[in-house]
Amino acid sequence: MTEASALSRVLYVDLTNRRYWTEERRELFKECLGGTGVAIRLLMEECKAGTDPLAPENPIIFCVGYLNAVFPLASKTVAMFKSPLTKNLGESHAGGRCGVAIRMAGLGGIVIRGKSESPVYLVVSEDGVRFKDASALWGMSSSSTVGRIIREREAGAGVRAIMRIGRAGENLVSYAGVITETFRHFGRLGLGAVFGSKRLKAIVISGRSSLTLRDPRGYRAVYEELYMNFTKTSLMKKYHELGTPMNVIPLNVANSLPSRNLQRATFEGADALSGEALSEKFLGRRAACSHCPVSCIHIAALRVPYETEPYFYKTKMISYDYEPIYALSSMLDIRSPEGFLQLMDRVEELGLDAMSTGVALAWATECMERGVIGTEETEGLVLKWGDYRTYIEAVERIAGVKGDFYEALGKGVDYVSSIYGGDGFALAYGGNEMPGYHCGLATHLGFLVGARHSHLDNAGYAIDQKLNAEGRKVEPSEVAKMVFEEECWRQVLSSLVVCFFARGVYTPEVVSKCFSVMGINLAPADLKEIGGRILREKYEFKFREGFSFDKLKVPKRVTEIPTPQGLLTEERLREGIKHFEDLLKKDTKGT
Amino acid sequence: MVKRVSVVDVDLCVGCQSCMFACNRRFAEAGLARTAIFVQSTGGFEHGFAVKVCRACREPPCVKVCPTGALTKREGGGVRLDYRKCISCGNCVEGCTIGAIFWDKVLDKPTVCTYCGYCVSYCPYGVIKLEEVEGA
Ligand code: SF4
Ligand code: SF4
Repeated sequence: MTEASALSRVLYVDLTNRRYWTEERRELFKECLGGTGVAIRLLMEECKAGTDPLAPENPIIFCVGYLNAVFPLASKTVAMFKSPLTKNLGESHAGGRCGVAIRMAGLGGIVIRGKSESPVYLVVSEDGVRFKDASALWGMSSSSTVGRIIREREAGAGVRAIMRIGRAGENLVSYAGVITETFRHFGRLGLGAVFGSKRLKAIVISGRSSLTLRDPRGYRAVYEELYMNFTKTSLMKKYHELGTPMNVIPLNVANSLPSRNLQRATFEGADALSGEALSEKFLGRRAACSHCPVSCIHIAALRVPYETEPYFYKTKMISYDYEPIYALSSMLDIRSPEGFLQLMDRVEELGLDAMSTGVALAWATECMERGVIGTEETEGLVLKWGDYRTYIEAVERIAGVKGDFYEALGKGVDYVSSIYGGDGFALAYGGNEMPGYHCGLATHLGFLVGARHSHLDNAGYAIDQKLNAEGRKVEPSEVAKMVFEEECWRQVLSSLVVCFFARGVYTPEVVSKCFSVMGINLAPADLKEIGGRILREKYEFKFREGFSFDKLKVPKRVTEIPTPQGLLTEERLREGIKHFEDLLKKDTKGT
Repeated sequence: MVKRVSVVDVDLCVGCQSCMFACNRRFAEAGLARTAIFVQSTGGFEHGFAVKVCRACREPPCVKVCPTGALTKREGGGVRLDYRKCISCGNCVEGCTIGAIFWDKVLDKPTVCTYCGYCVSYCPYGVIKLEEVEGA
């Protein structure tokens, strides 16, 4: 019987030689908690400076933490790798069943090295690892078919995760993602391409172990309190009821919802694409990650007629969230929910990151509008706002790497605009396409300085939303401090690994209590210190790989369209960056 | 009063598995090794979920295949397991028509629902309830 406090085992898989072994790394977990904290150490150990992200030497690392399978909403897994999109720190989080499955397989982390000679999928369980031939799965047009086949072939139903890539990952598109449980993703930053480069099609992982607690009675009491908070209070209401699309209307009303490649900050289709409208017309099923009573996964049922075959219909189940609505609907000015859902569906099947895909298509559409590119570049496609059918064809070409233009588009807007022009409206930060918030200074500063250049790094947009609601104006120095503190604390949450939606419940005091029933003493102040250290270590990796705050580019477009705080200036953003940098360096010295 | 867990409406189930974790917590342990209720998708999340739990049969097939009499009928429906008599043969797992007996790898014994109802209070959507066995 394993103690919950004994998180220590790391599984190493060598794809080149088809070998695997485990190592006990108890000290590592003790010091770095798990998740992000352990993953960044393992990445430093495994990934040499200057590694080509698509070379066999680029490792794939998965980590879970002490709270997975022990407390509710500790449902996430952290993946780390060097990103083919940004050529720097790659970090991605996903839910579904994987966080619980990895822990229940008796593991704290997984390190995947090398490259398989032929397509392979891995079956990981308490009994070890099996290498299975995936040649027949390679090149399949839909990632969900791959999931279905593996589901039928392999054991562990109910307690397993099936992570897989689509064609985009096989073809090394820089922002290809990894899909797990059909609807959850290791998105952003191109983990799917790293899988593809290793000829790794999928990983099935399952387990059903039990963990003992140092203080069993205390465990039940802390659990009970958390469970009540998640289910009986209003803390999780927004995720529970409408899910993340509840943001569509408020952001639109606040002039914060980017549309048409941020030529506007309002979207005319917002009503039709709102969480309210989608649930009324399309919501077909609700689902949850393992160990999450909140169930934020909203799945639309879309009935589509066959154009050539009368009396034939198909019903597609398509999950929707705020971010894909931003990128694949608002940014492309697709005002028809049916059109958005069909585009979304194809993006899922091909295994592309929805956000980067939408931003890339929006950039290309504006380029066409302005005559920066023409049908010669797009090989005949006329990209027009709202024309989802053409966009579906375009994503097909991106995932299939069909022609020079689509190949470049598949490397992100920073890259493609460096070749074709249009960089003033190429919306990317640190090489990662911009998320769907235009709320003010904290938002964009957050994207700029966030270690992954993701909205989830420090939720600057939430800081702005709060400030805007209170009508408060704050200086860049203060904004930088808020962003920095949030990002530090989030390192702890993503080391446990709890869902960020649970951040309101998992306060430093509560996390400290969760540890104490396992017999681990970590005061709230200790936790915060660890968070700062983890962030610093992530930045060490970034600096080593050539990142510098001075080199950060601010897309001109961002400073041309007013936010609720008025027009942003590059000057104020740079001032914020400077303050963030100071805080980070100060923290390095432990002062 | 003989009780059992019944599935009220499986279409309300979101697959959160809170019930499974609850059942395991009866032993004040975290994880899933000892759970007597099981939730899995019926072919991917898009198709919804199945909830497997002992329905307290009047004529339990598991009792009929237990070679040592470790599983006995509970009066009014359902079964009881006497661990001392159980020889870990696993016949009952095979014998349960609805697949509601599971294997506890830690103890190397079957896990059989005890009709305590602990899981019920952790289902956020009222999918399962503790009810009296009809006619018992
Ligand atoms: S009634 Fe008790 S033993 Fe049966 S499944 Fe629920 S918690 Fe487990
Ligand atoms: S707790 Fe309820 S909703 Fe969650 S898996 Fe169990 S039966 Fe389904």
